[in-house]
Amino acid sequence: MALEDLYREVVLDHYRNPRNRKPLDRVDAHAEGDNPLCGDRIELDLTLDGDRVSGVSVRGQGCSISQSSASMMSQAVEGRSVQEIQALAERFKRMMTSDDQAPIDPEEPGRYLGDLEALHGVRRYPVRIKCALLGWETLDLALTQTNV
Amino acid sequence: MRVDRRRDFPILNGTGPRLAFLDSAASSQKPQQVLDVMTEAYSSYYSNVHRGAYRLSEMATEAYEAARAKVAAFIGAADPREIVFTRGTTTSLNMLAFAWAGARLRPGDRILLTQMEHHANLVPWQMVAARTGAELVFAPLDDRYELDLAAMNHLVDERIAVISVTGMSNVLGTIPSIGPIRTMAEDAGAILIVDGAQLVPHAPVDVKSLGADFLAFSAHKMLGPTGVGVLWGRLELLEALEPFEGGGEMIADVGLYESTWAPVPQKLEAGTPPIVEAIGLGAAVDYLGELGMGTVRDHDMELTRYALDRLGEFDHLTVYGPNNVERRGGVISFTLADVHAHDLATILDEHHVAVRAGHHCARPLMDHLGVPATARASFSVYSDEQDVDQLVDALHHASELFGVGPH
Repeated sequence: MALEDLYREVVLDHYRNPRNRKPLDRVDAHAEGDNPLCGDRIELDLTLDGDRVSGVSVRGQGCSISQSSASMMSQAVEGRSVQEIQALAERFKRMMTSDDQAPIDPEEPGRYLGDLEALHGVRRYPVRIKCALLGWETLDLALTQTNV
Repeated sequence: MRVDRRRDFPILNGTGPRLAFLDSAASSQKPQQVLDVMTEAYSSYYSNVHRGAYRLSEMATEAYEAARAKVAAFIGAADPREIVFTRGTTTSLNMLAFAWAGARLRPGDRILLTQMEHHANLVPWQMVAARTGAELVFAPLDDRYELDLAAMNHLVDERIAVISVTGMSNVLGTIPSIGPIRTMAEDAGAILIVDGAQLVPHAPVDVKSLGADFLAFSAHKMLGPTGVGVLWGRLELLEALEPFEGGGEMIADVGLYESTWAPVPQKLEAGTPPIVEAIGLGAAVDYLGELGMGTVRDHDMELTRYALDRLGEFDHLTVYGPNNVERRGGVISFTLADVHAHDLATILDEHHVAVRAGHHCARPLMDHLGVPATARASFSVYSDEQDVDQLVDALHHASELFGVGPH
């Protein structure tokens, strides 16, 4: 299977079976993100333990890129400290917006970013990049608002 | 196909993979003939119009005014002075909203629009309604995606001062009958404006029989350049229309405290106009005139019928628009199962099929249809069955990818 097809399968799997949709027992941070041009929408809840995100819940509607990206993000950040999450977000944004190959490891796909790497190909479609970033922007908003 | 002109369009004859350009309702491609005329204008006689007492300026003025006469003949206008060059349909409609309606409407007056208007024929009226205290009312659509003329007629009374309707919906393709709406305008004593942005490029239009008082359209959707459009109005109405903009070109005499206006159309063309763009529009009108607009309309109908048949192959594809090609243009909005329109457009793009995805500048209509967005394929004279086949193949691929089935 070509890498491109593998990536596409991962994206579609997250789109059809989004992870972490269940409501949380305790919500410590909440944010909503909209992409009015496409009608994409993300609602995000977090449970926080100290500076660690111990629980994530994502709901939303929209295109496959926005929804799969948010699903992958929820997996990637769960259990991580805010500092680790910021570094991850930085790496993901770099993958989506820059030409350098550093954010990914072609020898070992998924090494740094896990499933998120499957969105690598989206940067060929500049108008879709903001769909991929919507979940991360919503996460950033949730963390900023609660001053973690 | 009745029209086979793909070869005239350089962008469709590149060396790369075959491009199926199916977004002509947003903006059409330009034939070599138009590009040549514009290049010639810039390289051999370009200068400002109506000003210089030198030969170049006379040549430019002559070409600019010749374009006006061509456009007048193209839509059957009685007099070239009835053609005002504007920046496009949006500017033409804003001129009418602000300069005509803004000066005349009073609280309690009504503006009658339809449920399928483009934002360009909606938002200016919302702005003018807010300023004047006038109210907006909307004629509904029936379940065949056509204008419900009976329901529209119920809205007509002496409070209606302006009726402004699309000549062809940019989302549904629907072509409403203007005749009955003319009667409604006369019953109400209202002016009738037709947004011709989609209609004029695709069907024969004769303003003497259309029934409109004003007609707005853009060059860039009819094989011409961006930056120029037309406001046609009956001469006595244009003469009664106050200038929307002041500046050079539009004055007869200027004092420090007051000025008098030039006769129409100059009165309504303040500033240096889009000279070469207007000349390019003249060339586009020549091109379309040579094909014959009746032939263009037949071409669109045949291709639309073919496309609707082929899209019928998909069990999970919904088309939003009339079935009867006699009552619609070559604009086909659709959704494929629950696949998001933007995802669909990206996959089609990988197959070198260019379609529009989104709300098509008609958010209220999208709400009425109950979908956040649709994909839209639209045709022009260079479109052919192969474009439709390329679209259908790409849609089969999208169906597979997203597990839409059986298809």
